[in-house]
Amino acid sequence: MNSLGKTLLRFWNSSIGKKLIVAITGLMLVGFLLGHMAGNLLIFQGREDLNDYAEFLHHMLHGWGIWFARIGILGAFVLHIVATVSLVQQNRAARDSRYSCDATVQAPTSSRIMIWSGLTVIAFVIFHIFHFTVRLDPDLAAMKDPSDPARHDVYGMVIAGFQNPLVVLFYIVAISLLCSHLSHGIASVFQTLGLRTVKTRVAIRNLGLGIAVLLWIGFLSIPFLVAVGALEEPATPAAASAPVIEAAKS
Amino acid sequence: MASNATSKPSQNGSLNSAVPEGPLPEKWTRYKAKAKLINPANKRKFSVIVVGSGLAGGAAAATLSELGYQVKCFCYQDSPRRAHSIAAQGGINGAKNYQNDGDSVWRLFYDTIKGGDFRSREANVHRLAEISLQIIDQCVAQGVPFAREYGGALANRSFGGAQVSRTFYARGQTGQQLLLGCYQALEKEIAKGGVKMYTRTEMLDLVVVDGHAKGIVVRDLVTGEITSHAADAVILATGGYGNVFFLSTNAMGCNVTAALRANKRGAYMANPCFTQIHPTCIPVSGDYQSKLTLMSESLRNDGRIWVPKSKEDAAKIRNGELKATDIPEDARDYFLERKYPSFGNLAPRDISSRSAKEACDEGRGVAKTGLGVYLDFSDAIKRLGKDTIKARYGNLFQMYEKISGEDPYELPMKIYPAVHYTMGGLWVDYNLMSNVPGLHVLGEANFSDHGANRLGASALMQGLADGYFVIPATLPSYLAGQKPGSVKTDAPEFKQVEAEVKERINQLMSVKGTKSVDSFHRELGMLVWDKCGMARTEAGLKEALAKIPKIREDFWKNVRVPGTAESTNMELEKAWRVADFIDFAEIMCHDALAREESCGGHFREEYQFTNEDEDVKNGYTNPGEAKRRDEEFAYVSAWEFKGPGVPPVLHKEPLEYEAVELSVRSYK
Amino acid sequence: MNLTLKVWRQSSPNATGRIETYEAKNIPSEASFLEMLDIVNEGIIESGGDPIHFDHDCREGICGACSLAINGVPHSKESGITTCQVHMRKFREGDTIWIEPFRARAFPVIKDLIVDRSAFDRIIAAGGFIDVRTGSAPEANAIPIGKEDADTSFDAATCIGCGACVAACKNASAMLFVGAKAAHLNILPQGHTEKDHRVLAMVRQMDAEGFGNCTNQYECEAVCPKEISADVISKLNRDYAAAAVREAVAD
Repeated sequence: MNSLGKTLLRFWNSSIGKKLIVAITGLMLVGFLLGHMAGNLLIFQGREDLNDYAEFLHHMLHGWGIWFARIGILGAFVLHIVATVSLVQQNRAARDSRYSCDATVQAPTSSRIMIWSGLTVIAFVIFHIFHFTVRLDPDLAAMKDPSDPARHDVYGMVIAGFQNPLVVLFYIVAISLLCSHLSHGIASVFQTLGLRTVKTRVAIRNLGLGIAVLLWIGFLSIPFLVAVGALEEPATPAAASAPVIEAAKS
Repeated sequence: MASNATSKPSQNGSLNSAVPEGPLPEKWTRYKAKAKLINPANKRKFSVIVVGSGLAGGAAAATLSELGYQVKCFCYQDSPRRAHSIAAQGGINGAKNYQNDGDSVWRLFYDTIKGGDFRSREANVHRLAEISLQIIDQCVAQGVPFAREYGGALANRSFGGAQVSRTFYARGQTGQQLLLGCYQALEKEIAKGGVKMYTRTEMLDLVVVDGHAKGIVVRDLVTGEITSHAADAVILATGGYGNVFFLSTNAMGCNVTAALRANKRGAYMANPCFTQIHPTCIPVSGDYQSKLTLMSESLRNDGRIWVPKSKEDAAKIRNGELKATDIPEDARDYFLERKYPSFGNLAPRDISSRSAKEACDEGRGVAKTGLGVYLDFSDAIKRLGKDTIKARYGNLFQMYEKISGEDPYELPMKIYPAVHYTMGGLWVDYNLMSNVPGLHVLGEANFSDHGANRLGASALMQGLADGYFVIPATLPSYLAGQKPGSVKTDAPEFKQVEAEVKERINQLMSVKGTKSVDSFHRELGMLVWDKCGMARTEAGLKEALAKIPKIREDFWKNVRVPGTAESTNMELEKAWRVADFIDFAEIMCHDALAREESCGGHFREEYQFTNEDEDVKNGYTNPGEAKRRDEEFAYVSAWEFKGPGVPPVLHKEPLEYEAVELSVRSYK
Repeated sequence: MNLTLKVWRQSSPNATGRIETYEAKNIPSEASFLEMLDIVNEGIIESGGDPIHFDHDCREGICGACSLAINGVPHSKESGITTCQVHMRKFREGDTIWIEPFRARAFPVIKDLIVDRSAFDRIIAAGGFIDVRTGSAPEANAIPIGKEDADTSFDAATCIGCGACVAACKNASAMLFVGAKAAHLNILPQGHTEKDHRVLAMVRQMDAEGFGNCTNQYECEAVCPKEISADVISKLNRDYAAAAVREAVAD
């Protein structure tokens, strides 16, 4: 192996190196979540805007864009998980005996359940992909935009998808755990990158909490409002067509 | 005997101080110019044992390793970083004159000689003052975070016994920071392979082969294993013997074993009666107490020391009927201000300590045990405001509150004197070598630089001077005459000492009595504190000398050491140390009895200034001050061990002052 | 006061340990925690038992020897103090107190409550120093150091190496210890030359000793008797990242 390779391997094998990887990939995933949430919120603009946005994602860079993004996100996700699991194993080994009288002084619960909230998120992501991306449910897969039957009706799919109370409950639990994960994780990114100092300490903590709360509200507002019936009913596949907005396609 | 080419002929045929010729300020320079050297290729062949890893031992081990010697370093703690040097608070003197206030090497030398009440060796003290400059450079380069001015230059403060600001400090943790610098240097050498470190390993005896110190026998404190280590020279840097008093500001593990064992193997014990009592410690609160805590002397700048005028009031305070604040102003006795109007609460350490003892002996003490006086900040708080006092002493007040549970902003502090440093120790010559060739002694463990009383911020200076700069320069004088590796641990002398050590451990384990080790230590401590503490009398010392053998007898009949010798056994560790303290206490009392004068920390009630003395009449000093007798006692007393139960024999090294004139120590 | 103690007893490094119960009777409330153990031990010795072994030395909070987890918290839940500075007046009559050794794989138990913390020494030996030979130092005032840097460096330098940070950490991470020493030396101009080597070597040694990783819960700073801030960990991360990049691209 060449010397750069050796250095990289050493970096990966060192505790701080691995944590830096967790931090950087974590930051990428937070960026994705913010973008994803912003896109989701277009649902409140109505069917057309959301479906335009979905169409744009699928057609950007001649359809290659979404795959670049997906591979990038997946890569970050896998690296984040592999590094974290390896760190957790080391941590368990480092503390091989427990106190008979266990006590915690200041570590918040969110920080102590990171691995569990993280694993829940993995399960959720898999479910979520099969639910809304792969669309295992043929009814959801078959939905067409009433104004442009040539394209998929994302808007309708979301509303239909949240008709099942168990699905909504799972979303609420998973997103809550995700945000718990982020409330500790985002501030930790700054600490691991060495940006937390006496001056930035409070701001970073609040930023972490703020983003977590924002994502919680943003993501959960949709199933919540669907559940209370505040959004339009899903359109049927046979619904009347509407003019196609060319701008979104170009 | 010391074998330096430049040494003077012996004064009395037994003790040769080996002080180089020449005018005082040039002695060290001349010595270094003429001293023997060992070439780098040969240094590797020499091995050196260093016992102790504090400022003196750690600095010596690290520096000797840098020079190329093979070093073995031993400490009883789990890491060299925990040596008791770490607890020093105040600072370290250095005659840098950064403050431009007229300081110089000469002044530091003179202050130290005078502070030691003219009982230290001129040449050693001058060398110490010279080296003080290099120490500061060395420590800064190591990254010791000394206090700084805003411009980035080093800050200084003033300290007791000096009129210049020459004390370098690192908040209240100077000892800690200096020790960590030294410890890091030591660890660096351990990593490079120059030093082999033995932690949790205690030296139990010295091995002398053909009259030369060539090794030690140690006990592994984890496994209990007894092993021998041989080397071409042995360096002891094992600290002071303050724990002979049971209660002191020393760490719990500090002990006299290494020094006493060396004494029993032929090295002379010098000036053991010179012990320093610090006036501002937190008083004892009960029999269970294990340790005394020092409060910085700076508190006396703003605090006023008092006890009630009447015994009755004091008794009511002791049993809780009255509080300090209930005693009206005119019923209080600000005894230091009354007795020493010009110095008041800032009277020197020994005077303040003795005055507090007198007040308590009269039945006017205020702590529950009767041993305590008030240090009252209420006037200062009225005058300066609570915020100012908090800014000056906040951390000390907090420490006091944690220990005593009382709020010193509301109620006056209670203080009482406690043992915290011992000036005496093994006798050494200018090379820091004892009268046993090859055995060198550094730091608090030797007697060399502080005479009868040590000035503040001088202990750290001496430890580092000895370790970083003196021993690396003087050790070759001895080693040059030695064949490296000439003695191995298979020599019969090692087997003999090992057998003796094992036998003594067996004895300790097999007594199987009923009394704990601590109970003997407490009994011994109370006796010597009472009879050989702040004030000593002929009758009291004789009484102590009569009682100590009884304690020893009782100890060897009734001590209980549980567990086994072949495992971690803290009671066995303590038992060995206490057995040695008992033997040492005897030498200390012999010395105090033989020194029929008062000087520095040694106060013989028979020898004090009275109103009849000229120096008192002309206002130069106060009645009650220590009265030296230079004609008869201007010497170092060095005690030779003569066998168990036999009184030690006194040897004298006369102190000749060429550069300074002996005078009555006055701080008026 | 009278208390019940639940104490970890383990006769040797390889023996199986267990919690044993002791009654501590007639303890003066002015006594320190370790003095309370002294009293209990005196009773154990008198009744022919083996006293409870624990590390301690200066008993004034500076040497770093004492190392008990009291009710699961290293040095007790009171902030800014060592075990030897805990006083019995902080407990109530009849309390049950759990006393255990500092727990971490890198700190194996030697006996009862005594653990082996020599891993810390080896981390310092790996790079926790400024490599200056005795005698080669420049004049002390030759390099001015701003008060702010001097103070920040000092805050980190106050570490007493007790190991409470490791013991409190759910992952037994030594990041606060290593971060404190790295910050102390890296901030000072004297320590700049070896900065990269220092952090790389110390972190590698830390990993090799089997300490865990920091998960930013800051239990360490909560129990640190010298109240060293976890900011030193942030700085260590930064210095490590920079050093690793320089190591990767340097000639």
